[in-house]
Amino acid sequence: MKQMSPVTIINGRVVTPDGIREGSLHMADGRIAAHGDGDVVDAKGKLVAPGLVDLGVFAIDKPAFHFGGITRAALMPDQSPPLDLPSRVSYIAKSGKPDLWVHPLAAGTRGLAGSEIAEVALMQEAGAKGIATGRQWIADSGVMLRLLQYAAMLDLPVFCHAEDAALVGDAVATAGEYSTRRGLPSAPCEAEAIAIARDLALAEMAGAQIHFRQVTTRRGLELVRRAKKDGLRVTSGVTPAHFMLSDLATAEFRTFARLSPPLRSEDDRHAVREAIADGTIDVVASGHDPRGPEDKRLPFSDAEPGMAGAETLLAMVLSLVRDEVIDLGRAFELVSTNPSRLLGVRAGSLVEGYEADVAVIDPDKPWVIQSAKMAATAGNTPFDGQPTQGRVTALWKGGLAIEI
Amino acid sequence: MTSSEPSPHAARYPAGALAFPHRDLLGIGQLERHEILFLLDEAEQWVALNRQRSKHVDALAGLTIINAFFENSTRTLLSFEIAGKRLGADVVNMHAAQSSVKKGETLIDTAITLNAMRADAIVIRHGSSGATGLIADKVDCPVLNAGDGQHEHPTQALLDALALRHALRERGEAADDFTGQTIVICGDILHSRVARSNLLCLQALGASVRLCAPPALMPVGIEAMGAEVFHDFDAALDGADVVMMLRLQSERMSGQFIPSAREYHHLYGLTKIRLAKAKTDTLVMHPGPMNRGVEIDSDVADMIDRSIITRQVEMGVAIRMSCLDVLTRRARGVEGWGDAA
Repeated sequence: MKQMSPVTIINGRVVTPDGIREGSLHMADGRIAAHGDGDVVDAKGKLVAPGLVDLGVFAIDKPAFHFGGITRAALMPDQSPPLDLPSRVSYIAKSGKPDLWVHPLAAGTRGLAGSEIAEVALMQEAGAKGIATGRQWIADSGVMLRLLQYAAMLDLPVFCHAEDAALVGDAVATAGEYSTRRGLPSAPCEAEAIAIARDLALAEMAGAQIHFRQVTTRRGLELVRRAKKDGLRVTSGVTPAHFMLSDLATAEFRTFARLSPPLRSEDDRHAVREAIADGTIDVVASGHDPRGPEDKRLPFSDAEPGMAGAETLLAMVLSLVRDEVIDLGRAFELVSTNPSRLLGVRAGSLVEGYEADVAVIDPDKPWVIQSAKMAATAGNTPFDGQPTQGRVTALWKGGLAIEI
Repeated sequence: MTSSEPSPHAARYPAGALAFPHRDLLGIGQLERHEILFLLDEAEQWVALNRQRSKHVDALAGLTIINAFFENSTRTLLSFEIAGKRLGADVVNMHAAQSSVKKGETLIDTAITLNAMRADAIVIRHGSSGATGLIADKVDCPVLNAGDGQHEHPTQALLDALALRHALRERGEAADDFTGQTIVICGDILHSRVARSNLLCLQALGASVRLCAPPALMPVGIEAMGAEVFHDFDAALDGADVVMMLRLQSERMSGQFIPSAREYHHLYGLTKIRLAKAKTDTLVMHPGPMNRGVEIDSDVADMIDRSIITRQVEMGVAIRMSCLDVLTRRARGVEGWGDAA
């Protein structure tokens, strides 16, 4: 392990909460510092930004995270076995050392089965930074209300998957022309708004803080927008798949485009971009879920959902900047500042005293996403073959330089 | 008669292999109108052969055809088996229990295994949409889709078209295609690959297609495929030239889609009284197997002048012979169809 000697990055365009300033950034004792000397690194005019905080990944996949500038990841409880016991949570909380922060999200219910509330207070003490419902919605409203009441008492955010379970059933696609043409079991996109409406009502009753990990439909986003206006403690997120792709991408039964929630219509894709622009969406995460051929080289409806997204998260969010959907400052709020705030960690911003998680980024560097050449444990990206821009050229986690 | 003789309809499609430039038959959706007509026209010779006492040629002698059925089937499997045998091929049937192959690699592994056994054509039925295409990517020989999930069942649509064409011609109609015909497909559209393939095929041949089902059994967005959607069977039947009944695919239903078979029959069962609301000569079709008394009454199914249900079964063998013949021409080195592989 390298020494955490002080580092000064010079000639950077430093992304701070107050805007982008030209100049230097100092790190000392693993934190952002006001002054410093130590080793000098020349950023040569590139961006100096907070390391990415990936909210809700399904696997710890360091090479992919580091490639993508991710220094911190909140791990979903959908592990084998699930993170539904304090011992599992405390083990996972330490598992990223030394070069990645891992924040476990506690399973809301035992075995993620949606029926019995798990020991969330004990898991909080063991290091859980939030409670998650997992890949599934909790269908039982009574269970969900009581879980939200516990979460409110513990001041833990609840990370929800919003799809009405009964409407979804065994569906693998969004109901519409494309699922009909391909004969894929499908569910109406309203399954999302229905789930959000219920969860918002329960969260309001419980006084809980709720985060919808992925909101992917116009109607769902409208509910979140209105709830925010009404002052509810609600935030929402999305992955790049839902602002880059629509259900057209599932043509030819491409299983890399089999996701949960499934890809939506073009109209919903545009709604997601609007919601990112107007602040309805607070977080963009990778949803990183590497899946090998045994999960993906199958007929579409038999394949597992999920995409390996860690490597492409930054480039896809930067594409929103190039498309003038958002500005650069907002891009790092979406991938660093807001997710850190939700997890309650002093990181995700280049502010004195915060953890020195820092990425030097060339936002224009062109590259081609290639499934076969990815750093992730599997190359299941729906963006295979797509040219893009933006690469991390240097990375520090808590002041520790990481080889990339 | 051999398959290398020029087709009597040679003028309407390109020469040689260009008449059917596909290696596989995965769906009607991949076919042009003239390619559909080519397969139908090629089938005519096999209709004639199948009506003779000796129903055998050696066109495919020495070739091995594997029927790999990952889903239960009686009539389609039998039809493909007879078709292959009448063409002189060695036909092997493989029944794979759906449960043992559902999980995964086994499907690809099975494909690789079949390929290693040097099959010359593989016929596949599988419970998941797109599965036959997945297998086709992994093997070197032609793949014929005998039904994949709720996606396509192309030979069923082709045999339906052939049966309908014969029935119309016997009436003295030209029936080169189905321009001007109004065809109703009624039943469990949502779960039916037959409905999708037939919709595509009948429209390609000029028919206007009405789909009729309760909303719960009607797929969302099917209008975008050009169909006219009805929930009232009587309204759908008004002025219809042909009515094609589909059975309820209970095995694909998770949850309850109809309150009862009795109510379903009341609303969507084809009875003599209901048929009388269509035209006086409306033809009745059903891809089978039929649930008599549910979607169709016995006295309708057995109407000698109106029901062409048994003719559909007859045409099935001829169509499958046509497809197997055409798809193996390249490998057999038939003149104009490219070099032998």
